[in-house]
Parts: sequence; structure tokens; C-alpha cells
Amino acid sequence: MTTGTLDRCLQLAAVFAPLSVATIGGGQAIISDVQRQVVEVHHWMSAAQFVNAFAIARMAPGPGSLLATLIGWQVAGFWGAVVATLALFGPTAFLIYGVARLWRQHQGARWQVALEAGLRPVAAGMILASVFVLAEGLDGGWQAKLLALASTACVVYTRIHALLLIAAGAGLLTALHWIQTA
Amino acid sequence: MTEPPAPPPTVRDLFLAFALIGLTSFGGGLSGRMMRDFVQERRWLGEEDFLNGLALSQALPGVNVKNLAIWVGYRLCGWRGAVAGFTGIIVPPAALIIALGTVFARLTRYPLTHVALAGAAAAAIGLSMSMAITSVARLPRRMFPLALMAFTFIAVAVLHWPLVWTVLGAGGLGVAVEYRRTAAPREGA
Repeated sequence: MTTGTLDRCLQLAAVFAPLSVATIGGGQAIISDVQRQVVEVHHWMSAAQFVNAFAIARMAPGPGSLLATLIGWQVAGFWGAVVATLALFGPTAFLIYGVARLWRQHQGARWQVALEAGLRPVAAGMILASVFVLAEGLDGGWQAKLLALASTACVVYTRIHALLLIAAGAGLLTALHWIQTA
Repeated sequence: MTEPPAPPPTVRDLFLAFALIGLTSFGGGLSGRMMRDFVQERRWLGEEDFLNGLALSQALPGVNVKNLAIWVGYRLCGWRGAVAGFTGIIVPPAALIIALGTVFARLTRYPLTHVALAGAAAAAIGLSMSMAITSVARLPRRMFPLALMAFTFIAVAVLHWPLVWTVLGAGGLGVAVEYRRTAAPREGA
């Protein structure tokens, strides 16, 4: 590792580690902050390059926050990717690990029952809201929305495998599009 | 519903299961995929256990999917399982995104790619929606939890309040009320 790479890795860590803690409720919240740091503050990428990286992260499978990995890779190669990924995902990993351990050690404690009972309605509301927002912003018009409904029915009422479901969704919308434009 | 739980997985099983989800979750919906996979298909984990982990993963800082992978991994195989969950859900797709970054970039130029991706995303909503339905259906039928759920939904989806304050406010209120409730003497207790 050259000193230039090391410097850049340290800067990557300084950008992503604080943002790691700010990702309550979903990684989407930090995207605009990441863009500001990467494009305006550090000039690691042009605005167009950032949009491109964002599109790749959306298209690829896995957590959307792997955008950090991609940025790290483009800024400082292999070590950049490792550092950016660990900085974004690492610090809070210890937090949930600690909580998971506490949960096992104090199974059934009053505070634990209260935390579960108190947080589950909030989580349910947040999950419902994120599905609502996702469905609203879905590309592909009413056909895609209909597909989302049909998919929900399939998951609830059948034992269809998730992979088959995803492949069928992609295939169906592509076929529809092809028929409409042919 | 009443089917017996499956034998517990090994650390290797866990890593492979997480890696498969990480590598094939086109269109998002990873948490819903985990519920489908671990609770309904493989039956490694009970629904209640999963939903409690989901609630904590949402409330704690950090990328939710990663939090949930660590929670599920730890419940099933202790610290080795937590490591398997963390690395399985992150490292394989991270390697893929770097290896295929240029391929994905080229693919994004074709209109058909976006149509296929929109189809995958629409189908993935089914997984998330099913998880949302289960989360709501398993809430106790009391006024307070249902009102808190509705309030959170409106705050996030309609009013677009910042997530951090919504989680801290609604979560804090929920926990405080439930803590008081468990202290109240119950009938027959």
C-alpha cells in the first residue's frame, strides 16, 4: 500500500464510519450525505460518476449500501473497498451483536419484554411505510404495481420460492414491455 | 404453522444461506427474503424470534439488513453464526459488485435492463409486503400498539418525518408504556 492509498483509506474511514451510526431505519437516509462528501468535499468523483455508481449499486444484488464498497474501490482500489465497507458496516455490527448477547443472557427480563412489545409496533409501521413508499415509486407503471400485488398474494398464499418469484417478475414485466412495443 | 422446527443449521449452512440471499436479491427486499428463507422455508427460526430481531434491527443504528443478519446468525449459532451472517450478507455481493461493476454499468444503458429490474423490484415488494402483513398481524389487539403502528406509518409514509426522530420518539413512547404495563398487577398473577 502506498502512502497515497493509505491517506485515502483513512479519509474513506473518516467519511463512512460516522455515517454508519446515522443509518437508523435504513441506508437511504445517508445517500445525500455520501454524495456531498464524495463529490463536493473530497472531489473523489464527478457528479455523473456518482450517479453511475449509485445506479450500479441499485442494479446489483445485495444491500444497497454496498455503494460504499464501490466508492472505496474507485477511490483507492482493493484496500479502499475493504476500508469503506468495514467503516460503514463494522461499528454498528458490534452494537447489534452486543444486544443479541444481552437478549440471550436476560431472556424474559422485564425491560426486554417491554423493549420488544414497545418497538414491534414501530417496526411494523416503518416496514409498512417503506413498502408503501417503494410501491409508490416503482418504475414500470400500473403493470408493475399489479405485479407487486400479485407477488404479495403468491408469497402469502403459496410456497413459491423467492428466487423463482423474482425471476418471474423480471421476466413478466420484460415480456409485457416487449409485447407493447412490438 | 405447527410444523416442527428443522434441525439447527451449521455455521457453513448459515454462511451459504446468507450468501445466496446476498447474491440473488435483485430488486431489494432482503429482510423479507430472510423471513421467507429462514422462517418459512428452512424453519430454522420461529416467527416471534425473527420479528423481535427485526424490530431491534430497525431501531438500532446501522444498515438494517446487516443488523438482522447478525441477529439471526447469533440466535442460530452464537458468535460464529453472527460472523457468518455478517460476512455472508456483505462479502459475496461486495465482491460481485466490484467484479461486475463495469458489466452492470454497461447493462444500465439498455432500457430493457431497467424494465427487468423494475419487474424484479415489483416481485420483491411481495416479500416485503408479506413481512409487513405478518408484523402487523402479530401485534397484540390492543388500542395502544395498533395506534402506535398507525402513527409511525403516517409519520414516515405521509408526513415524511426524519426516521431518526420518529424511531426515537415513537419507540421511546412504546417502550415506556409497555414497561409500565408489565409492572401493573395482572389478574390471577
